[in-house]
Amino acid sequence: MSTDRLNLCCEYLLVALMLAMLVACSAEKGAEQTAHAMSADPIVVYSSRKEHLIQPVFQQFTEQTGIAVEYTTDKAGVLIERIKTEGKNTPADLLITVDAGNLGYAAAEGIFQTINSDVINDTVAPHLRDQQDLWTGLSLRARTLVYSTERVKPDDLSTYQALGESQWQGRLCLRTSKKVYNQSLVAMLIAEQGEVKTEQTVAAWIANLAIDPTSNDTKVMQAIEAGQCDVGIVNTYYFGRLEAKNPDLPLALFWPNQSVAKNSGVHVNVSGAGILKHSSNSDQARRLLEWLVSEQAQALFAGLNKEYPVISSGAIDPQVSAWGEFKQSPLALSKAYQLQPAAVKLMDRVGYQ
Amino acid sequence: MAYFKRFSIWQLLLVLMSLPTMLALVGVLTAWLDIDLSVLSHLFEFVIPNAVLNTLALVLCVALATVVIAVISAWLTTVCDFPGRAFFSWALILPMAIPGYVMAFALVGALEYTGSFQTYLRESFSLSLLLPDIYSFGGVVLALSLTLYPYTYLLVKNAFQTQGKQSLEVGQSLGLSTLQSFWRVSLPQARPWIVGGSLLVMMETLADFGTVSVFNYDTLTTAIYKSWFSLFSFQSALQIASLLLLFVVVVSLLERQSRHKQRFTNSRNTVQARSRILLPSLYAYFACAFCGVIFFIGFVLPIGQLLLWAIPHLSLEITDQFWRYMLGSFSLSLLAMTIITAFALLLAFAARTQNSYLANWSVKISTLGYALPGTVLAVGLLAPIAAIDHYLARLGFATPLLQGSMVVMLLAYSVRFMAVAFSPIENNLMRVTPSIDAVSRSLSVSGLSMLRRVHFPMIRVGVLTAMVLVFVDVMKELPITLMTRPFGFNTLAVRIYELSSEGLWQRAALPALAIVLVGLIPVVILILRADKVQQ
Repeated sequence: MSTDRLNLCCEYLLVALMLAMLVACSAEKGAEQTAHAMSADPIVVYSSRKEHLIQPVFQQFTEQTGIAVEYTTDKAGVLIERIKTEGKNTPADLLITVDAGNLGYAAAEGIFQTINSDVINDTVAPHLRDQQDLWTGLSLRARTLVYSTERVKPDDLSTYQALGESQWQGRLCLRTSKKVYNQSLVAMLIAEQGEVKTEQTVAAWIANLAIDPTSNDTKVMQAIEAGQCDVGIVNTYYFGRLEAKNPDLPLALFWPNQSVAKNSGVHVNVSGAGILKHSSNSDQARRLLEWLVSEQAQALFAGLNKEYPVISSGAIDPQVSAWGEFKQSPLALSKAYQLQPAAVKLMDRVGYQ
Repeated sequence: MAYFKRFSIWQLLLVLMSLPTMLALVGVLTAWLDIDLSVLSHLFEFVIPNAVLNTLALVLCVALATVVIAVISAWLTTVCDFPGRAFFSWALILPMAIPGYVMAFALVGALEYTGSFQTYLRESFSLSLLLPDIYSFGGVVLALSLTLYPYTYLLVKNAFQTQGKQSLEVGQSLGLSTLQSFWRVSLPQARPWIVGGSLLVMMETLADFGTVSVFNYDTLTTAIYKSWFSLFSFQSALQIASLLLLFVVVVSLLERQSRHKQRFTNSRNTVQARSRILLPSLYAYFACAFCGVIFFIGFVLPIGQLLLWAIPHLSLEITDQFWRYMLGSFSLSLLAMTIITAFALLLAFAARTQNSYLANWSVKISTLGYALPGTVLAVGLLAPIAAIDHYLARLGFATPLLQGSMVVMLLAYSVRFMAVAFSPIENNLMRVTPSIDAVSRSLSVSGLSMLRRVHFPMIRVGVLTAMVLVFVDVMKELPITLMTRPFGFNTLAVRIYELSSEGLWQRAALPALAIVLVGLIPVVILILRADKVQQ
């Protein structure tokens, strides 16, 4: 009996080992094949932008240039910590991440080198790039108001700040303050009107909430659709997804802060990238970055997620352009990193969960 | 002389096995060398007090709920007999295969105001039937309890099975009623299993991030992520993580302290079909209804919701890649299961035969990793490994040996899941009386051959339980896999994370179903094996 058990155990072990080797081999073989087919070393990318949004882009780059791209994905904070720990041994050449706060943090931690690319300097608007040239934006996302077309007239809406007025008592839905999109929105408000006034604004929002902050943007829109609240703040591409599924959605977008002060506008953020200081393949990494801001790559990179291109000549997805044009907040995004901790603390203070 | 030699080898083994966890712990604790006052004072004023209270409430309620569900259902399906017992006996293990974050978003998808089940109830039975808000403390407790109670259930079932029919018969011959024999015989004897299971549940709850964030419920873990990812202070994140550790150390010390006073040995006869208590009809209905409700909310409802989401997206998600995710998940879990169970067996055996301070401490340290959020643990381990890599690079090795290879992954898994494998094995080893060891030694069978020839046959249900728990846990694991996987290696859990964190639950449903399906394989094996052992 006990020898039976032992045999069984050994079998288990053998099967497990063989399977693991099979997987390891097939992974390696795949890498080898692409490496053989390509002349140059592959570019290694660490990305917090998800695989289904970057893989088609890299595939097109490889088809056009013959340069292979290897990548792994994880959360931005983890990738930055990993790059720091790996130091000179890091296999990575490029970090792609979402949100200017994360890009600013990576820059401050000293893991980037300057990009030094005329192509990028000429095509990407200055407020969407780092002032020290350590990172550049690759796609633009707008965080704006969404409202119920059944219960709200667009004339009632004006600014982010106005959502704290008494007419929105019990009618507002917000996503959690733990999401970086809200942190950078509040950081922008701090930059525009100072911390004291922003704290009043955010406290007024909280007083107007219809339900507890939700865990994501889609829930905000579903709550408005279901009649739990009438207005909310969301990134446009989440709206785009719902709209694509249901063209008769009783919701619409509103561009706030268009006519107020000169230094204001719709809050925008970027996904972006920087070349790593210890990259062993920085020329190719630069080439990839420059390719990513080309018109054709921009249409794909931004289009996959219904975002806006970072170059003025970039084609906008027809569904996205139907939402109309808007004035962006001209705030340099590298400010977002400096003000983000203040924004987080402010939201903690007023009890914005 | 020979005795001393073996002695030192076992001691060395114990120290070696606790070393990786020790490294991770040192990484966490050294964070206190560098204190960022502006961040810490803010956290302690506005975040930590609420987070500690929330965490305490959550851990206590989840522990209580899982014990109640697990003990009642394990007792009903093991010691009693009622219509449907055979089915529920294994069916109630199934919710374990659903990862916590999947359970959360599936339950929310079904039960929230705009959810499928809630809408169905509203439309079929008019507005009268409104369920309580799922976005509440109750909702978090529900989701976590449903995924975690099977851990306790498996352990406690194992306890009731090995308790032996004599003790029950003695109780009955002394005139105890069914309920009395539960309170006075079965329950006290199963205590270490219940406590061991609850300890796993509590540690898992402490480390959870995915489930609580679906409900936007603030705990110490979310505070860790807040200070790391939002306030950009990794040091403060580690400092909060050490608070978490303190929680666990206190709980596990209390548990060990209380256990030392008792011995639980009895494994001669397992509960058999003939000796089960046949419940009278009214009680049998209750038993059936109780198990049925748990099974419905814990498995049928979430799986139904996932199917509802997955079916329209089948063609989009089933690609060549998809099969690779499945193979990746399966082989990785199998490999980790084999290695970790073997380590846990050695650890439990070494601790038993050595019974020294060193042994006790090694065990305590080796099983602490379960309470650390996977991300913190992975980063904590990365530093020493990177140091080794730097050293190797200086010696002239061109490519980093450790990083991005399976070695780091498996090391991190074994730190994290040692407790899971250790608990059932250790509990079963306790049932082996010390006199058996003495007899074995007197026949000059000791050391590894005693483990193999004497102990292993007696504890195989425990080993099997350990294997299943580790297999399923590794399959569901996300942060370590995400961070340490080699380039191009993907698992189902990674795929679910990538899609669901972008709000694409519908597309994440298929890989989620696949995880459940693949996770069920070991559960089925366990059931078949355990049945065989019983016969």
